[in-house]
Parts: sequence; C-alpha cells; structure tokens
Amino acid sequence: MKIDKNTTQKIARLCKLRVNNEEIEELSLQLSSILDWVEQLNEVNTEDIEPLSSVSTENLPLRKDEESKKDLSKEILSNSPENLENFFVVPKVVE
Amino acid sequence: MNNLTKGSKYEWETIIGLEIHAQISSKSKLFSSSSTKFGSEPNTQVSLVDAAMPGMLPVINEHCIRQAIKTGLGLNAKINKFSIFDRKNYFYPDLPQGYQISQYKHPIVGEGVVTIDFKDGSSKNIRITRLHLEQDAGKSLHDQNPQKTYVDLNRSGVALMEIVSEPDMRSSEEASIFITKLRSILMYLGVCDGNMQEGSLRADVNISVRKIDSDLGTRCEIKNLNSIKFIKQAIEFESKRQIKILEEGGIIEQNTLLFDSTTGKTKSMRSKEEAHDYRYFPDPDLLPLKLEDSYIDLIKKEIPELPDNRKNRYKNDYGLSNYDSSILTSEKSVSDFFDKVININTNLKKEAKLVVNWITSELFAFLKKDNKSIEDSPISPENFGKLIQLIISDKISGKIAKDVFEEMYKFNKSPDIIVQEKGLNQVSDTKEIEKIINNIIDTNQDRVKEYKAGKNKLLGFFVGLAMKESKGRANPKILNKILIEKLK
Repeated sequence: MKIDKNTTQKIARLCKLRVNNEEIEELSLQLSSILDWVEQLNEVNTEDIEPLSSVSTENLPLRKDEESKKDLSKEILSNSPENLENFFVVPKVVE
Repeated sequence: MNNLTKGSKYEWETIIGLEIHAQISSKSKLFSSSSTKFGSEPNTQVSLVDAAMPGMLPVINEHCIRQAIKTGLGLNAKINKFSIFDRKNYFYPDLPQGYQISQYKHPIVGEGVVTIDFKDGSSKNIRITRLHLEQDAGKSLHDQNPQKTYVDLNRSGVALMEIVSEPDMRSSEEASIFITKLRSILMYLGVCDGNMQEGSLRADVNISVRKIDSDLGTRCEIKNLNSIKFIKQAIEFESKRQIKILEEGGIIEQNTLLFDSTTGKTKSMRSKEEAHDYRYFPDPDLLPLKLEDSYIDLIKKEIPELPDNRKNRYKNDYGLSNYDSSILTSEKSVSDFFDKVININTNLKKEAKLVVNWITSELFAFLKKDNKSIEDSPISPENFGKLIQLIISDKISGKIAKDVFEEMYKFNKSPDIIVQEKGLNQVSDTKEIEKIINNIIDTNQDRVKEYKAGKNKLLGFFVGLAMKESKGRANPKILNKILIEKLK
C-alpha cells in the first residue's frame, strides 16, 4: 500500500511532529514499505474469525476500590518545564 | 403532543440524542488508587499511572465495573459478558497519556430503555444505545493568564460512564425530562452523585432538524453542558439556528459546538480541517473483561427500588396520578420523605393526595425560597405527618394549617404544640358557632333582608364575617350549614 505525502503529513500532525519536505518524502517511502510487509498477513483467510485483542487467556486483573492519600505533586511537577502554584503551565491551547 | 417548530416557511421537527458522562461514585480512580475527592489542591491526587509515567500499568477498579453493571441493569439494558478497553488517541495538555482509555466496539452495556413521563399523563420510551466505561481527562484553566493554560490532573483518570441515547427526543422539554429521569435513576442506584455543578453529570447534545417525514438532517454536537437549563436553552437556540439556515437555502455543516451560557448562543468549537481522528485500538495494557452470569446475578440482587417501581407503587397502592407519582419519584430524597410521612399510619395512606399537595406546594415553596433541599427541611417527616393528620381529623382548617406550617418551618416545632400554644383548634362546637352567627345576623339586618329577597351571593359575605369573628377557627362545613338554616 502506497502512503502518499499528504497522509504522512496528516500522521505527523496527529503525532504533533514537525517534519520538513525532504523528511516527508523519505518517511512516505519507509511507511509504505512497512505496510507492504505487514500486508502479507492479508493472505491468510480470516473470515468468521473474531479479531484477537489479547494473546493471554488470563482474566483482567481487578483492584479493590481503595484510595491512597499519597501526595506526589512535587515529583509529578518536577518534570514540567513550567509550573505555578501546583498547576502545570503550558502555552495557551485555546484562542 | 405536537413538537413541531414553525419556521418562516415550513414546519420543522427537531431530532435530539444525548451522550451523558456520569462520574462513577468511587473512592479511587478507574485505573489507579488516587483519590477522586472534589476540590482538593491541584495535582495532589495524581499517581504515576495518572501522570502517564513510562512503565506504569493500569489496573481496573472492580467497584467501577460493578457500578457500570448496576447502571446497565437499572436502564433495562443488556450486560455484555465480554467487553474490551480501547485507546482513543488525541493530543491535549490535560491528557498526559496522549489517549483516553475508553470502550469502542465492545462496551460493557448494550441496548436499554428509559421511560419518560409528561404532564398530561402520557409517557414515551427513549432507547439507550450503549453504556461504556472510560477515563476522565484533567482540567484546563484558560482564563488565568493571557498566554498560558494551567493544568490540574486531579480529575485525570476518574471513572466515567458514557451513556448514549438513540435520537429519540423531539424537543428541549423531552430532553430535559429524559436527563432528569436518567439522573434520578443514577442517584437511586447510588452509582453517581448527580451533582451537575461539580461536573459529575455532563451532557453532549446531538441535534438536527428536518421537515416532517423527510430524511434526517445533518447533525451538530453541542459539547459539555452541565445544567438542565443550559441543555434546554442550547437546544432551543441551535434548532432555530439550523432552521433559519435551511429556510434561507443554506446547508448545515456537521460541526462541534460550544454553548455560551452568558449569550445563550452556540458557537463552533473547531474547524472541519482539524476534525478528530481518534485511531481507536484495543489497549495492549488491558485484557478483555469477561463477566460470569453468577457475578451479574449477585449485582442484580443489590438493585434498590427504582423510580419506575416506586411510581407504580404510588399509583397502585395510593391511587396517585402518573404525574404526581413521577414528580415525587424524580428526586430520591423527595420520594424518601413522602414514604416516611405516608408510613406513619393508615389514615395518611388514604389521604396520599393531600400529602403530595402539601409537599409539592407549601414545602417546595418554602425550601425553594431558602434554596434548601428536602434533606435539610426544618420540618421532619414525623411533624409533617402530624400536621396532615390535624387537617384530616378536622382539628384545624386548611387555612390555619398554612399558618401552623410556617411556624413549624421557622421554629422547628411540632404542630400539636403550636396549635395548643396559639389556641388554633378548629371550632366544631355547634353552640359556639351559633353564637357567632346570631351576633352577625343581629348586626347586619339590612343585608339579611337583601339575602332573603334573593341576593344569594351574600352568603359568602356572612361566611367571611363569621370566619373573621372566629379568627379562622370555625369549621367551615358546620358554619355553612348553620348559616344557611338561620337565614331561611
């Protein structure tokens, strides 16, 4: 399957990645060849087979509804480029 | 019921579907043990899972699964014994994972139904499409600084149920009755506190218009409405906006809108080129959720009496109308109050309609004036019941009862004590009433002549005088009877 430049541009935008024109060209080729390889799977007949969402036969592990009162705000905020009065501060995201 | 809106050229039908986000009442979040408490210091309830630190794994809160199943049962819905958690991918600063864990193709609850009641006694079924579990996002504050957005992740990861309805509503009225009913079901079940101000219950409204019997029009979605009043206003504005565009020959573009409660208008939230592409896929961190029948059956036993069951009990056992019953049951606390009053004794059960009237007129009016809920009523159900019994047994008149009610409300006293202290007992003693009437006839001879000459209307005048003389305490039935006899 051929991934064109517009599709690559769209994927970059969805991932919030900034890419220049030359990169787009190359990325489109790479993405196309990855998809070509994966498409071999389409040779298998999967009619009437439910999509597999996990290979494990285990049940989903459950947790009791118990709260931890640990305040980790210092550690959590320590990774942020900017914070103020316990808030994360980011460039404005609405007009 | 006619739900058509007249445009300048045609009549239009409004088609409405709702998506409701209800926060599950739980101590900890859906996939982490951080607290869900409202109103804490920013970012103090954020675990390494909620902050999406590398290597952290989500582990689901069993209580939230039970709450979702309970809700499904309360909505008469199908519980899916196999469901899958998916990632819904989008970028926003208050979503640290870069995706929301939600359920897409295999939700935990399937099709159900909610019945809504109208004033005229009729009712209508609103179909539920599905209910799924998902995480809430954090909170962004945009108005604190002109260049910056502040982010608080305390809400990030809190468990939500998204409940989706079919487009079965035809007016803002129906939508508001539906959400009121749904909210009351959630509160009866104890799965959500129903607090719209704190955002525990929010709605997205899908709305389109069409000419009668034509195909569905293009819909717009109004996001994140957090009061029933706003939901009504937004629907009314948006339906008129769409009708105007169509009548002027335009077309409706599918769009996501925000409602501005200060202007009462909807406005576009994002342009079409930025339309979302969520790239849903099963979350590899979470296995599918498999449920056993025995597990669902155990939860079934925990289901309390729901609004519709109570409504039917009120109709069948106390002979109340469908509308009165639905008013009582729409708030669990009101219905609980009524039950407490009515269970005091059988006399009250026979006079259930009188109890309803006193709750919905007097009590509601006083509570509304003070902005109080019925749980904080200064009048206890016991005292309320005593007052109604005083009325039923003709000890006080309805008019005096209103004064007693006010005293009860203000001073938190028993009605018996108030009646005794103020000497408000109704006078049913014929001799005493006769005395008052004789007096009035003596001093109003002219009017008596007019009455006897055929001016029947004057009876009211005499009743009024006698009532005034007895300070409102005379039993009106006896008073009327004696008066008519004396005036013959």
